[in-house]
Amino acid sequence: MKTWIAFWGILAKDVRSYYLKPPNISWGLLFPLVWTTMFFVRSGLGIDSLPDLLPGLVALSILFGTTSVLSVTVTFEKKGRSFERLLLAPISLQLLMLAKTSGAILFGTVNAFVPVAVAAFLTDLSAVNWFVLIPAATLIAVSSTFLGLFIAVSVKEVFEAQTFSNFFRFPMIFLCGLFFPVASLPPLLRPLSYMLPLTYGADILRGSISGRNTMPLGLDFVVLAGFCAVLFLVTLGNINRKWIT
Amino acid sequence: MELDPDASGHGPEPLIAVSGLKKAFEDVVAVDGISFSVERGEIYGFLGPNGAGKTTTINILTGLSRPDSGAISVAGLDCSGNPKAAQHMIGVVPDESNLYPELSGFDNLCFCASLYGMRRRERQERAEELLRAFGLEQAAGRRFAGYSRGMKRKLTIAAGIIHRPPILFLDEPTTGIDVASARQIRQLIADLNSTGTTVFLTTHYIEEAERLCRRIAFIVRGRIARVDTVENLMRDTEGRHVVRFSFRGDAGRVCERIEAALPGLRCSRVPDGVRVESADPVRVGPVVRLLEDDGLEVTEARKIYPSLEEVFVSITGIEAGLMKQEKERNRGGGGS
Repeated sequence: MKTWIAFWGILAKDVRSYYLKPPNISWGLLFPLVWTTMFFVRSGLGIDSLPDLLPGLVALSILFGTTSVLSVTVTFEKKGRSFERLLLAPISLQLLMLAKTSGAILFGTVNAFVPVAVAAFLTDLSAVNWFVLIPAATLIAVSSTFLGLFIAVSVKEVFEAQTFSNFFRFPMIFLCGLFFPVASLPPLLRPLSYMLPLTYGADILRGSISGRNTMPLGLDFVVLAGFCAVLFLVTLGNINRKWIT
Repeated sequence: MELDPDASGHGPEPLIAVSGLKKAFEDVVAVDGISFSVERGEIYGFLGPNGAGKTTTINILTGLSRPDSGAISVAGLDCSGNPKAAQHMIGVVPDESNLYPELSGFDNLCFCASLYGMRRRERQERAEELLRAFGLEQAAGRRFAGYSRGMKRKLTIAAGIIHRPPILFLDEPTTGIDVASARQIRQLIADLNSTGTTVFLTTHYIEEAERLCRRIAFIVRGRIARVDTVENLMRDTEGRHVVRFSFRGDAGRVCERIEAALPGLRCSRVPDGVRVESADPVRVGPVVRLLEDDGLEVTEARKIYPSLEEVFVSITGIEAGLMKQEKERNRGGGGS
């Protein structure tokens, strides 16, 4: 019970201190919105093409909503030494990092449904498989958050967290099949695409929104969950090695 | 690893027992095989200059760092392999105030209380109680970032004891704050101890250690030079006479010449002079003549009265004043 009070305390503090701040909300939503509108205008297709663009908008909202805030806040707390307070708390490192990432996961998941809600007013979403979309958005949020945590543990300065996040985010946007099908990528880049968690997340989103997934959804979920587990374990190992020296 | 029984000090069951603790960062040895014990209910001082290994020792004891070797027991729990084993029993006040700048004083304390599993009502009551005790109730709703240095230090101590830990680690609690706040903090530490809290205090202020601690360990370059009660340490100065000579000029190997020419004197170099010690009263004239014969311009000869600072200097060879100045420079603080 006591450890869950600590878990809730960390989550509530992070949500209040970081995720509900207007700049974070705008960064998590505005950037994907602008990005996707750009593709929408460029394609010259009408409003009926919105379901085709929606997976990209959802995926980018999650990706930017999670990685941008978490990597910066953890680096900031580490730099200001307030993170030591958490490391001194009598809770396991696993639970501590789950608490620390839960805010970002929640934020990313909520972010995912803002474009969906907007699209619901503009186009027909009756074909959407919500039982696939909701767990998919959550799992993408988990994998993106753990990627953000991995980045936070890999850098020392706040500005490094921002630039290092882009090192992962931008190639992922282009290679995950959201805007260009993986099959149309140059053969040399295709294996790289399959090494990215968002490729599988994007495939599930496409499948759930328009039914046009390229891989079996079960396989997508398993691979995405595998990415989450590996990222979390590797990051825990890095924290143990780098922060508890 | 077995605990060394010799490290356990006076009591049969020390609250903290450390044996053969070693820690190196790459090729720098921060802690070099230290052993000591802290008894229940005492204020144990860890005194040494910058880089002596004080903070590294605290980090290891509190689970923020792992030792390369050695055994640690806190309240009977073996923390050697599991640094988190005793974290529920300890409170930590680090050398820098590290609360959340965006939260108010009250919210910071409530958050820290939640980390120890305290329920909402209990943590709010405890936060209010501590804010009152530390004279911070007027600033309870203000953001921590806007606190003065002394207020930050007090709130950081309050956060360290929010869960009523039986053991409190204080790392340089009064460094860089004004005299009045430092005095208040020392009183708070003494009050805490009087209610049964065992305190492990690192400091470079000798007078602070002398005033607060029952036992003091002098740590220099990762090794403990001496551990004893303040009374026993002071006993070392009884029957000893010390004079400090200040002069201008290049001293060269003046100490060797003094010791050779004037048997019974022990000489050591200090900034801008020498410190001469003897079992009998020091005859100033011969020493001044010898210094002047060496071409040095003697500006002052001053008797040094017995103090813990003298003991520290004689054991470690480090000037206490220099240690204090260095620390203040590093912190940019005003001293206490």
